[in-house]
Amino acid sequence: MALIFFYAPLDADQGFIQKIFYVHVPMAIVALVGFVIAGVLGAIHLRTRDEVWDYRSYVAIHISVIFGVGVLLTGAIWAKASWGKWWVWDEPTLVSFLIVVLLYATYYPLRYSIEDPGRRARYASVFAITAGAFVPVNFAAVRMAQSLVHPRVFATASGGMPGEMWLTFLVSLLGITLLYLTLVRLELSAKHTRGRLKRLRKLLETEPSAGPPATPLTTVPARPSYD
Amino acid sequence: MTSALLAAAPALPLHEAGKYVAAAYGVFVTLILIYVAIIAARLQRMEKEIDSLTELAERRLGPDAGRHEDR
Repeated sequence: MALIFFYAPLDADQGFIQKIFYVHVPMAIVALVGFVIAGVLGAIHLRTRDEVWDYRSYVAIHISVIFGVGVLLTGAIWAKASWGKWWVWDEPTLVSFLIVVLLYATYYPLRYSIEDPGRRARYASVFAITAGAFVPVNFAAVRMAQSLVHPRVFATASGGMPGEMWLTFLVSLLGITLLYLTLVRLELSAKHTRGRLKRLRKLLETEPSAGPPATPLTTVPARPSYD
Repeated sequence: MTSALLAAAPALPLHEAGKYVAAAYGVFVTLILIYVAIIAARLQRMEKEIDSLTELAERRLGPDAGRHEDR
């Protein structure tokens, strides 16, 4: 925050409004990379059939969708400040990002409409791979589209950002990436613990006389269900 | 001390653009806070579940089972 507000110089064109860039762009990059990584995790799940990879893929998508909503909201505020409009429908960058977020919003009904856990994990992984492949294709298509409305900060013919802005941007990107990883870890840990508690309740509620010899209550199974 | 730091810091042009920049960062912080609140609520539910499981385990094994681990 100190770097953003007191170190990075004011943008010659946009002035103080450009400070939104340091939260908006890193969130967009991390969200999009998160979607692609979720696709890779989905592919690993299909290859190994280990449900842990499906849950990692799900959590990566979940946090990326939250970041995506943040990108849309901060982008709308930036648009209102710069262009006087909350949204511009003929701008490919904005519309394509909205499409990506809406596409991933359909992941939840798809996932939770299937009751069989194995089938649900398989379908969710296929979705994650397909949508994950769509993200870079979509990004490339937007880059190729000729539009002068949305600012192209990186790799512009005029030389791009000065060093102080780059440093501030990289620190912001690192911070947002660490935040993303922390939230993913927190979510996975919460799911894992919930699964273990459910399993423990099942073990405690079964009659000791029924079935195989009672499992010691202090031993929690190593591979619990995440449901 | 805070006022001395603020006095030493360079002035920010908070007139026109300030409210938009504040709103954007406010959205970011709010999203994170909502998420943390949801996680805290879940943790609370899990804590209740652990209490209930502890009670169940004590009923099955007797109240003294595992008591030495509390220390």
